[in-house]
Amino acid sequence: MELLVASAVGILTAAGIYLILRRRSFPVILGLSLLTYAVNVFLFATGRLVTAAPPILNKYEEVAYTDPLPQALVLTAIVISFGMTAVVVMIALGAYLSSLDDRTAMPAEPEGAGDDA
Amino acid sequence: MSLFLIAALPFLGAVFPALLIRAGRNAAASAAGLTTLLAFIGLMLHIPAVFRGETVYSAVDWLPALGLNAHFFLDGLGFLFAAMILGIGLLIILYARYYLSREDPMGQFYSYLLLFQGAMVGIVLSDNILLLLVFWELTSLSSFLLIGYWKHLPEGRQGARMALTVTGSGGLAMIAGMLMLGHIAGSYDLSVILQNKEAIQSSDLYLPALILILLGAFTKSAQFPFHFWLPHAMAAPTPVSAYLHSATMVKAGLFLMARLWPVLAGTPEWFYIVATTGLVTMLVGAVIALFKDDLKALLAFSTVSHLGLITMLLGFGTKIAAVAAVFHIINHATFKAALFMTAGIVDHEAGTRDIKRLGGLRHLMPVTFTIGTVAALSMAGIPPLNGFLSKEMMLEETAHTIWNGSHLIVPALATVAALFSAAYSFRFIAHVFLGPKREDYPGHPHDPNTGMWIGPAFLVLLVVLIGFASAKIAGPMVATAAGAVTGGGELPYYSLKLWHGLTPALYMSIAATIGGLTLLALHKPLQRVWNATPRPEAKTIFEALIGAFTRLSQAVTDGLHNGVLTRYAAIMVAFTVAVGYAAYRGGSLGTATREMQDPGLLPVVGWFALVVATLFIVAKHRNRLLALVLIGVVGLVVSMAFNYLSAPDLALTQISVEVVTIILMLLALNFMPKETPVETPALFRLRDGAISVVAGLGAGGLIYALLMRDFAFPTISDFHLANSYKGGGGTNVVNVILVDFRGYDTFGEIIVLGIAAMVIFALTEAVLGSKVRAYLLNRKPDLPQAGDAHPLMMVVATRVMMPLALMVAAYIFFRGHNLPGGGFIAGLIAAIAIIMQYMASGFAWATERQRYPYHAIIGSGVLIAAATGMGAWFNGMPFLTSDFGYIHWEPLEEFEWATAALFDLGVFLAVVGAVLLALESLSRFAWQPGMSTEHAMDINPARDEAAKTGTEG
Repeated sequence: MELLVASAVGILTAAGIYLILRRRSFPVILGLSLLTYAVNVFLFATGRLVTAAPPILNKYEEVAYTDPLPQALVLTAIVISFGMTAVVVMIALGAYLSSLDDRTAMPAEPEGAGDDA
Repeated sequence: MSLFLIAALPFLGAVFPALLIRAGRNAAASAAGLTTLLAFIGLMLHIPAVFRGETVYSAVDWLPALGLNAHFFLDGLGFLFAAMILGIGLLIILYARYYLSREDPMGQFYSYLLLFQGAMVGIVLSDNILLLLVFWELTSLSSFLLIGYWKHLPEGRQGARMALTVTGSGGLAMIAGMLMLGHIAGSYDLSVILQNKEAIQSSDLYLPALILILLGAFTKSAQFPFHFWLPHAMAAPTPVSAYLHSATMVKAGLFLMARLWPVLAGTPEWFYIVATTGLVTMLVGAVIALFKDDLKALLAFSTVSHLGLITMLLGFGTKIAAVAAVFHIINHATFKAALFMTAGIVDHEAGTRDIKRLGGLRHLMPVTFTIGTVAALSMAGIPPLNGFLSKEMMLEETAHTIWNGSHLIVPALATVAALFSAAYSFRFIAHVFLGPKREDYPGHPHDPNTGMWIGPAFLVLLVVLIGFASAKIAGPMVATAAGAVTGGGELPYYSLKLWHGLTPALYMSIAATIGGLTLLALHKPLQRVWNATPRPEAKTIFEALIGAFTRLSQAVTDGLHNGVLTRYAAIMVAFTVAVGYAAYRGGSLGTATREMQDPGLLPVVGWFALVVATLFIVAKHRNRLLALVLIGVVGLVVSMAFNYLSAPDLALTQISVEVVTIILMLLALNFMPKETPVETPALFRLRDGAISVVAGLGAGGLIYALLMRDFAFPTISDFHLANSYKGGGGTNVVNVILVDFRGYDTFGEIIVLGIAAMVIFALTEAVLGSKVRAYLLNRKPDLPQAGDAHPLMMVVATRVMMPLALMVAAYIFFRGHNLPGGGFIAGLIAAIAIIMQYMASGFAWATERQRYPYHAIIGSGVLIAAATGMGAWFNGMPFLTSDFGYIHWEPLEEFEWATAALFDLGVFLAVVGAVLLALESLSRFAWQPGMSTEHAMDINPARDEAAKTGTEG
């Protein structure tokens, strides 16, 4: 089980980074999503892998629980990453519609730009 | 009054002028004046103690772990400077009230001035050298604001920038020097450092520390070769020049040298660096000053020269020279501030400060003439004024100084400098006030009103009084301050009086005065020679140097930041991997302590689906729609994995976020190219592949190593598990952590989410307000569109499902505290229920039925969460402390209420609002005229009939 999770994190990370290194905005967004999965699973897994022991307290008998803290952190991370993805998508869309070009590299600056007088 | 309060008063007072300026200029000036006066009185209350030779302390610990503490102390030297800063500050505040015109923003001026004053008082009262450094930098910053006060003048801006660059870089060097000094002494408190003379002077770090500290002092006090910034800083309004550049800021460097005199002075290094720099500065400044036609430039270079004089005296390293230095500091402050104010009056009334256009003003401005003449004669060193006394002492000391074996060089050069000093002082009188009255003044010269001349008149009164009765008036002050400079002990015999007999100094003085008069007589031909001689222009050199630095940093920036974002990402990943590898090599990995768990069939199937989907995404990412579908597969497997691994809350969240994310990306993809072209050469793709594989191996290996080992430290989760029910009143520990234990974090998160949604809204507004709108309106869809945009089946199904979905959301919300669920998940589900209506029935239909703007929903969510948190205050508890209890209403079963549920309601609303605002914004891109239909279910048999007959007929 540990090997499966670890290898899945590795593959998701690699795929995410590969796509982030592409030159168009859409693959970069896809890559960010994959990397988000990888990071979330990574953080979650720091609580170690436990099956059938959700952190829902049982009032009637003593049972084992998994670590709740990484879960709480990851829960908000998932929601925030939605917000981040939405902003990035919007920036990419606005940039594409404004220039009809979805390349991520900035065009070369014209001579003299950025001079302060 | 506590020293802490004296230093803090100007900072506190700086608020008032800016606020009170609406009540008028007098209100602003009075506020500044009263604050200063209060601090001044507070300082004067310490007179008895200080003159008894005691040291007053006042300490507040700030960052004791760093050795940075707000420790203040007041001895003779600190008292002298603080009295000068606050006393002359008062006169300047009065003077500036009448000097500044109606157009100048006076509130700002007094605020800056008080900030500067506070920083200066802080320097002279600090006991802690780190604190002193903070104040030191503050003087650089606030003087920048003051020099550049007339923002419309390019000279002002350039002068301010130059002053900041020079004094700021000096300050940086000084930080290093001070840290070394503190390191040697083992403490950052001056009172400790000053006791460690032997340890410091015998240390290997003595010379580097000395040079670095002196760099700070020399740049601040405009010593050669850093003197050039001071004349350019004269672009400031005259009150600023009079205050900063005669009495206070430029004296900060001298103060520091005097303060550290007991531990740094007395070595050959100190003598040769400090005394030589002072001597050269004194000479250079005096010579240049004679040939300046701008009154303020003349005074600026004369200030440079006098600062050099004091530096030289401190550099001599003898106690008697230190006494002379302290005495001259007092004298220079009195006559130079008066002269600057006189120059300001002349400029203000005659309309120019160009000496060539002035002359004969003695008839028109008798009061100003008297003040200016007395002050200038004191500067020239004419008896019986105070300038004569200290210059006499200085010349006397030079006569005993041996420089590199020569008895003659120091006294000779000092006499030459004194000669030039006399010459430019005489010129100030002769070419401005004496001579025939002229007809071509730009203004109408006349004496100013009392408010303007009373300040300089008071200073000139001091000039005369100190001259006649120096021992009575200045004697105790000089003795106390000099005692503090020399670090206690007996001062050598000296006497502050006019007649010392026929000493060498007297002959040197006479020579200087006669020579000065001769130079004045020969001024015209000399000026011609001076103008003809080529000499380096400091400003040009400085600007060339700064230009070179700018080009260098531009080149470095351009080299690193060439606009290719991919490259930045690659560098960051490679660097992170390298750091991780270094950590791996540097540390040691313990043996595995956990058993690998047997996965069983289901996880293997899930893993297989995830890996295949991921690899397909990478291989097929050019087909964007396909990649998006496959991302959905990955998200689904991840949420199932969460569920399998005992995280039902995460599974619920992940799956609902998945839905909205995919909808969002589909909406965006609608407007973007559907294919990604092949652009990157195969070699580059190989390189990117290598980087990502290595990074993936790193991440996977790290988590694998972690998973096979137990916690290295006891986890804090046990606390959460144990207290979730007792303290938070809920059995779902994850939810209790979110809304209770870590409620503050969650509060921040929903705010961030709300901000993200607002950003999306704002971006949409901006994009749709530009030319993009026309493009969108005329856009022809690049894919075939559905014949029926709102199919009957879907519309009916979603409308039936809407109440059901909202019911589920409510259920999930309410059970959240005890079972998987809660505000985040319920919010996402409710948002999806509403999005379904947008999708099925159309944007226009859904928008019509939306009663509350989503902004308001986000806002109310944040406000409810905040109000819940604040409710705890009424119970006398800290922000966001939750409360809960149980209610038993017959015939219902007992149920629980918790304030945390109210907080969760805030979370719910914020999430609903944020998700919907984001998606609604994106949908607005798709709007085209003619899209809105009256009926969402717009199957219209009549229309279809008409179309049919139309084609047939």
